[in-house]
Amino acid sequence: MLSIKRVPTVVSNYQKDEAEEVSRRGGCGRNCLNKCCIEGAKIPLYAFKELNKIACSKGLCCQYENSVPPVAFLDSLLLGEWEDRMQHGLFRYDVTACETKVIPGKYGFIAQLNEGRHLKKRPTEFRVDKVLQPFDGSKFNFTKVGQEEVLFRFEPNENGGDTEFIPNAPVDVENSPSVVAINVSPIEYGHVLLIPRVLECFPQRIDPESFLLALHMAAEAGNAYFRLGYNSLGAFATINHLHFQAYYLAVPFPIEKAPMKKIITLKDGVLVSELLKYPVRGLVFEGGNSLQALSNSVSDACIYLQENNIPFNVLIADCGQRIFLLPQCYAEKQALGEVSSELLETQVNPAVWEISGHMVLKRKEDYEEASEENAWRLLAEVSLSEERFQEVCALIFEVINTGDAENAEGSPSCPKEESDACVKKVEAKNASPRLPVTGTQECLV
Amino acid sequence: MEFQLGLIEQSLNSRYSLWVREALNDLSDNFTITDPSMSGHPIVFVSRGFLKMTGYTKEEVIGKNGRMFQGPKTCRSSVMQIREAIREEKGIQINLLNYRKDGTPFWVFFQLSPVFCKEDGRIIHFVGVQVPIWKNSRKSICGFARIQGVPYENEFRACKSLLESCRRELLSDSISELDFLLNRDSPPDSDIRGVDIEEPCEACDDEKQRAAIAISNILSVLTHHSEVTGRLVCERRCSVPRVGILCSSLNTSLNRIKQSFVLTDPNLPDMPIVYASDEFLKLTGYTRREVLGRNCRFLSGIDTDSSTLFKIKESLQSEQACTVRILNYRKNKSSFWNDLHISPVRNASGKVAYFVGVQMDEDDKKQDEHGLNPKMKQLSTVGAVRVAVRSLSMTVGCSRG
Repeated sequence: MLSIKRVPTVVSNYQKDEAEEVSRRGGCGRNCLNKCCIEGAKIPLYAFKELNKIACSKGLCCQYENSVPPVAFLDSLLLGEWEDRMQHGLFRYDVTACETKVIPGKYGFIAQLNEGRHLKKRPTEFRVDKVLQPFDGSKFNFTKVGQEEVLFRFEPNENGGDTEFIPNAPVDVENSPSVVAINVSPIEYGHVLLIPRVLECFPQRIDPESFLLALHMAAEAGNAYFRLGYNSLGAFATINHLHFQAYYLAVPFPIEKAPMKKIITLKDGVLVSELLKYPVRGLVFEGGNSLQALSNSVSDACIYLQENNIPFNVLIADCGQRIFLLPQCYAEKQALGEVSSELLETQVNPAVWEISGHMVLKRKEDYEEASEENAWRLLAEVSLSEERFQEVCALIFEVINTGDAENAEGSPSCPKEESDACVKKVEAKNASPRLPVTGTQECLV
Repeated sequence: MEFQLGLIEQSLNSRYSLWVREALNDLSDNFTITDPSMSGHPIVFVSRGFLKMTGYTKEEVIGKNGRMFQGPKTCRSSVMQIREAIREEKGIQINLLNYRKDGTPFWVFFQLSPVFCKEDGRIIHFVGVQVPIWKNSRKSICGFARIQGVPYENEFRACKSLLESCRRELLSDSISELDFLLNRDSPPDSDIRGVDIEEPCEACDDEKQRAAIAISNILSVLTHHSEVTGRLVCERRCSVPRVGILCSSLNTSLNRIKQSFVLTDPNLPDMPIVYASDEFLKLTGYTRREVLGRNCRFLSGIDTDSSTLFKIKESLQSEQACTVRILNYRKNKSSFWNDLHISPVRNASGKVAYFVGVQMDEDDKKQDEHGLNPKMKQLSTVGAVRVAVRSLSMTVGCSRG
């Protein structure tokens, strides 16, 4: 078993060191998100109009050209609720008091000095050699956060109608809500977590519906500087409960400015390119006939990676119009002792934001000396080798571009030791009808 | 809308002589002039050549943002680079895939150039020139390497596209359209479904030179016509922006926030107002000129509670946020109850750079039964200001931001 020791990020005020973790049962009285407290609770609901079938010649951002949504998703709702939690002192530090700068140079890496983020926490052992691990209810998960940490619910409008905002929507436990909660250790203003169907307790694993939800959130925000990110287990996710992160930083990320080389146009019109002149090798997905088509291509690729135990990060940029997929091997290298002590000492965990070029540094000296060269050196360690990357890409394309049942035979099956997870997955599929049977990603056990 | 059009007129009139439009219209190049200090960074002038190239009418273009010419195949990283140049008030030259009104894409060489106020170094306008990249130049100069690689396929493609355009000429019963297609001065034929339009395209030296000449012609027209008004503009920033003036990219970002608020600068003597939103001017009846540079106390009057004022003073001193209900006065001496929220706003170095004061009168409270409550709206304004100030002070050169 490969593992690394790291200080876990505290995302909720209810997240204690594992040793102190006390399970809360029935009507815990702490106003948590679990079934004991949430039935009937009133949480604002932002019910968005689904864009599945909409194909728009000018991209997907123009959905509100004719009708104005009742509430501006990002500028009013998210920022307003976030500021409200800030005034209530729910965050562990004031992120706007953390020094930040664009590192001079060609690429524009962004550095932030954040000395408070990792205080008061002991390093914990994290297993990094399994991208899919079963959900463990005894560990911290988002059903344990307090309701005051939840900003609003973010769900498709059930009736297929226009976007609606309901300030006091009672929660129905049967219909597991998807919520947006604050990250109490923010790395920028507006840092939130999107937790799809929080009560279903999905482990950190991409599924098509949740991924589409994340894309909708980016489209709904309608601001290219509000991005979503995803870290798989083994790629610096610390909580094994399905979540995406998002924050607002009105500066272009270096990864977004990197040139790309087109590789392939998929059957749905989705264009896949390869990142060029960037330290981390990765794929870029854009275009497509609909948001759904784009979403499916990326989630299929993610599903392939996770089922084949390849850790990865995802950045949803440009209002959901451009998605970066970055397989990585840093944690594995770290566990095998292949990362230089110099890099390890910076304690920078290269998750999605770092890979995109936003470096959160813990030590003053690293911040003062931050240079393009240093950032590049760290990120180069994150990347797969050229050979391995091409190999992985070829396999991804085999899976995502065909999509017919025959390919299931040839698609890579789960390794033996993963069979438990696979059985679980099949069970989960049977239990919840919401997952479409795609045929291509089935585990052959 | 009319209000907006008035502002657009003003954008050119306040800086240049009344004949500037005529002079710009005499230029045959394809270009737009945009005003980054206005909300949405709209196009305030568009040349005839540009309209001819894109197929839009003037009314359809004026007041819109330049992004209206981009489409699904426009390279997103190029758009990012343009956005960054605008934010940093720098020029940029880039190959860009644009779209006509009828939806057909075409490649242009895009050159953007800032225009500054000679006196205080503020940005006034951006001039954007677009030179179409010719298909034959694409083939002979830019696409040479590619063609070498796969000769047969490319010849086939070229034939196919020729065939398609021929067919179109035959089908078109209008002579004028035929003229249009044959006219070398018209945009390159875009009916090239056979050729891969999204294939990156390089402008050749001739096109780059045409853009550079166009920019210099336009700038000389603008400079000349600004001499007449005495409010000179120039190509390069000649003086550093005066202390107390926000950098224009911050101004632009703040203009997007549609709430009544002001920013005051605690690092200047007597903490003057350095920004006031349109809604604030509407609420209080003052003009921008009348409030910028003044301390907020002019809003108080005879019946304003002094203990409330003291509370505000305390929170400013301790750099804490506070909410008070205060009696304020408009320019016409009428009073109103203001649910005022004040909060310190930090810049990228983590220091308090401004205080934001967001006003809320009785009218604001009544609105929005189905939307967000007024308190949340007030807080969202604070949030949006924080993001703007922090993000825009991250790069050097805008350090005061």
